[in-house]
Amino acid sequence: MNVRRNLCAAVLASAFAGAVHAQESIGGAIERELETYRSMMKSDPWSNPGTLDVDRGESLWKTPAGPNNVSLEACDLGLGPGKVDGAFAALPRYFADAERVMDVEARVLWCMEKLQGFDHVKLLVRPHPGAGMPVKDLGAIATYVAYRSNGRSFAATFSHPKEKEMLALGEALFFHRSGPMDFACSTCHRDSGKRIRLQPLPVFSKPEEARRIVGEWPAYRVSAAHVMTMQHRIYDCFWQMRLPEVELGSDVSVALISYLVKQAEGGEINIPGMKR
Amino acid sequence: MSAKSRIRLPDQATIGEVIEIKTLIAHPMETGTRRNSDGTLVPRLLLHTFETKFAGQEVFRAALHTGTAANPFISFFMKVPGPGEFEFTWIEDGGVKTTERHDLKVT
Repeated sequence: MNVRRNLCAAVLASAFAGAVHAQESIGGAIERELETYRSMMKSDPWSNPGTLDVDRGESLWKTPAGPNNVSLEACDLGLGPGKVDGAFAALPRYFADAERVMDVEARVLWCMEKLQGFDHVKLLVRPHPGAGMPVKDLGAIATYVAYRSNGRSFAATFSHPKEKEMLALGEALFFHRSGPMDFACSTCHRDSGKRIRLQPLPVFSKPEEARRIVGEWPAYRVSAAHVMTMQHRIYDCFWQMRLPEVELGSDVSVALISYLVKQAEGGEINIPGMKR
Repeated sequence: MSAKSRIRLPDQATIGEVIEIKTLIAHPMETGTRRNSDGTLVPRLLLHTFETKFAGQEVFRAALHTGTAANPFISFFMKVPGPGEFEFTWIEDGGVKTTERHDLKVT
């Protein structure tokens, strides 16, 4: 009897080991297939429909609009009025005229309001597109501005006291748990190997991962058929954490983007990225 | 919007060379099977045909269906017969045509 029972246990144990092994190899196979899909998506930047919104953003940047009927070509993105090349690579930064630290979208929002005369409140009503809808004008303009830093590296200095303050706030927010689910950004983005459905989640506390990922945003999302900006990405993360809605260009959003950009310092900008 | 499509051609080509032509167009490619939030069907709106003429002669044609992604990207190859102009046409349900013309520099 004893021998038989031991044999049973041994068979059972090996069966479990087999199941665990099979599960691992299925996970590995899925990951490999996904990697093939992603590399096919990236292999030809010309196949990325996000480039259509880069074109759209460029024409919006150069076309007079708003109550003041002026273009955004006088907008100072940090390198002087109208200087677009390389501006995104040095953002977020402190702007003396606005007395605030701003990322690209906060700055474009500011220019649309101050130069073109658009109503700030109206610009912030549903600022992000629903699935299947194209990115809003502001997002297309931000995508165009970011695109004009392609090939450069993230090089925001965070030297101004306000920039340092923003960076510290961003880091604190990243790790601070809150809300009904007691979630922080770090709940999902701290340990490697985590994923939501089939999406592997980057670990932003590791600079090598941040450098690889942050420069891909704004990115074209195939499943939603639109460009998703970084502000939209953070808005959506907050929604997923069941936290209150993040206002586009708010200090909370700019602080988190500052932290991500600092982590990605030196990483190459390659926009628009391509996501599931 | 002015920039609704994107065409990628080589800067120049030689006669007999095989070149790749890449096209992108912004379009929702609505399948006609989705329902909106109040339960009504969203009417079908597809680009059902894409065709390309070179120097007046058809060189490529594709029928697109409900399985085609939004903002479709189509690329194809052509052996250059000589100098000429490309005419790319996308035809939407209801017959609306979007046409783009591009010269090919042949050396």
